[in-house]
Amino acid sequence: MSTAPIVSFRDTVKVFPGDGRRTAEVRAVDGVTLDVHAGEVFGVIGWSGAGKSTLVRLVNALEPATSGQVVVDGQDVTTLGEAQLRRLRAGIGMIFQQFNLLSSRTVAGNVAYPLAVAGWPRAERRARVAELLDFVGLADKARQYPAQLSGGQKQRVGIARALATNPRLLLADEATSALDAETTQGVLDLLRRVNRELGITVVVITHEMDVVKYLCDRVAVMADGKVVEHGDVYDVLARPEHPVTRRLVGTALRDRPSPAALERLRRRHPGRIVTVAVREDGTSSHDLTRALREHPVDGTIVYGGITEIAERPYGSLTLELDGEPAHVEAFLADLARSTTVLDLGTAADPLADPDAVGPRATGGAA
Amino acid sequence: MNRETDWEYLLPLLGRAVGETVQMVGISLALAAVLGLVMGVAVYVTRRGGVLANRAVFAVLNVLINTVRPIPFIIFVVAMGPVVMLVVGRTIGTEAAILPMAIMASVAFARLVEQALVALDPGVVEAARAMGASRWRVIWSVLIPETLGPLVLAFTFLTVAVIDMSAVVGMIGAGGLGDFAIRHGYQRFNWEVVWVAVALIVVLVQVVQLLGNMLARRALRR
Repeated sequence: MSTAPIVSFRDTVKVFPGDGRRTAEVRAVDGVTLDVHAGEVFGVIGWSGAGKSTLVRLVNALEPATSGQVVVDGQDVTTLGEAQLRRLRAGIGMIFQQFNLLSSRTVAGNVAYPLAVAGWPRAERRARVAELLDFVGLADKARQYPAQLSGGQKQRVGIARALATNPRLLLADEATSALDAETTQGVLDLLRRVNRELGITVVVITHEMDVVKYLCDRVAVMADGKVVEHGDVYDVLARPEHPVTRRLVGTALRDRPSPAALERLRRRHPGRIVTVAVREDGTSSHDLTRALREHPVDGTIVYGGITEIAERPYGSLTLELDGEPAHVEAFLADLARSTTVLDLGTAADPLADPDAVGPRATGGAA
Repeated sequence: MNRETDWEYLLPLLGRAVGETVQMVGISLALAAVLGLVMGVAVYVTRRGGVLANRAVFAVLNVLINTVRPIPFIIFVVAMGPVVMLVVGRTIGTEAAILPMAIMASVAFARLVEQALVALDPGVVEAARAMGASRWRVIWSVLIPETLGPLVLAFTFLTVAVIDMSAVVGMIGAGGLGDFAIRHGYQRFNWEVVWVAVALIVVLVQVVQLLGNMLARRALRR
């Protein structure tokens, strides 16, 4: 991976002014500083309304920044005029959640559109369209209209169209959010090929952790217009520091009991309950096994989940511990040396998980 | 009062009336198609957040359309008298009727065009802009083709409305089927003549609607 940034945000701010009566001013992007390196797949994740879609539109100036800089390929786009912006945009592909295909044009017509905008001669256009439809696996659909295609096929057309003018950068705004799980996988595989085979830098906007886990090299987490955390995907997701990141990770993995599930667990398992993080580095479940063997403590797995992030294992296991209180404390101290242990207490003396997601407890404890 | 209808006398007059109606409606529609489309697109693109957002142009067009449209057509025809005198040189006859018809039809079509455009998903405009399309290219290569189906239906609706208008301008001596029905039918208590004229207008409207639906279906790719 090259380290030259292809996109740099510097104190970038985007404010949507309210109309002074019904709608208030919105700071959609609030002082973002971030670099996207050439050749990587960069994810921007956050809940709805976090400012992700606005952030990505600052790159091709579909939304002009209010203040700060947005440097793309060495050019500060906030200083460009309309004609220069059009040239810049022709070199940046973009795909959308709702595909935004032209319904009055065939598949081939849609893919040819950016080529016509860029002034390609007709014969070259036709050859390029055929090549692109072949790349996305829709060579047989060239003469069909978008209304005749499935969602996944429409997004493939969107991708072919976005790649038409050989861009160095592809912006994907919730590109899989309107698709079912299986179709999503196909589109993610295609985006991965775009990055690996064509060497195109991809910026992915999503609220789906699975997309980041599968596709991205690095990720930025957004909340309220700010980037609250960013770095390599595994580092950010495996050791989430900001509450928003923790909740995003928790929602995606569902490895930790929700407050309601914990309440039910305590009825069946009144003893000491702890959640042990499982990571590739520090401790894996292997260390947990060792600690259980070396201490006179019984551990029963009552909840948990282990999955992969960026092709490395990640998750947590929740156990009920049974043993002399002193032995349990020694066991926990031993384990805490190599991993993160969250003490949830006992049924008689419960402790809450501050980052729990999902249904709330119905009453009493937790 | 009822006597044998003298069709030998009336038929040539009826033929002329059909010709006058077709002439008035045709010319008014041709003018309205161009003017209304331009105004409708202009209102849409100059609105807040539009590709050519311009508060002043939007306000002027919007007020113009909103002022002209609610005026009852029969009153509008009379009120336009001095303007028609200035432009056409006389205030009665088929030629004099065309100007108020064309103006009323243009503002009506402008609103219809705007409504068709408002219903368009702004995402496709954004996609075209993201590909580097200029504002003008967005207008002719996205806005119009993407709304062609609704636009054809709107124009069909307009055609029927303009046929309706053409019946009113008989009042200023413009002739046409409406005038024929009133003068040779209603005013002579000859219902047969009235109903023949009505039947002809109904047939005309049906043909227009059929044609419009057919073209719209072809334009809509869904």
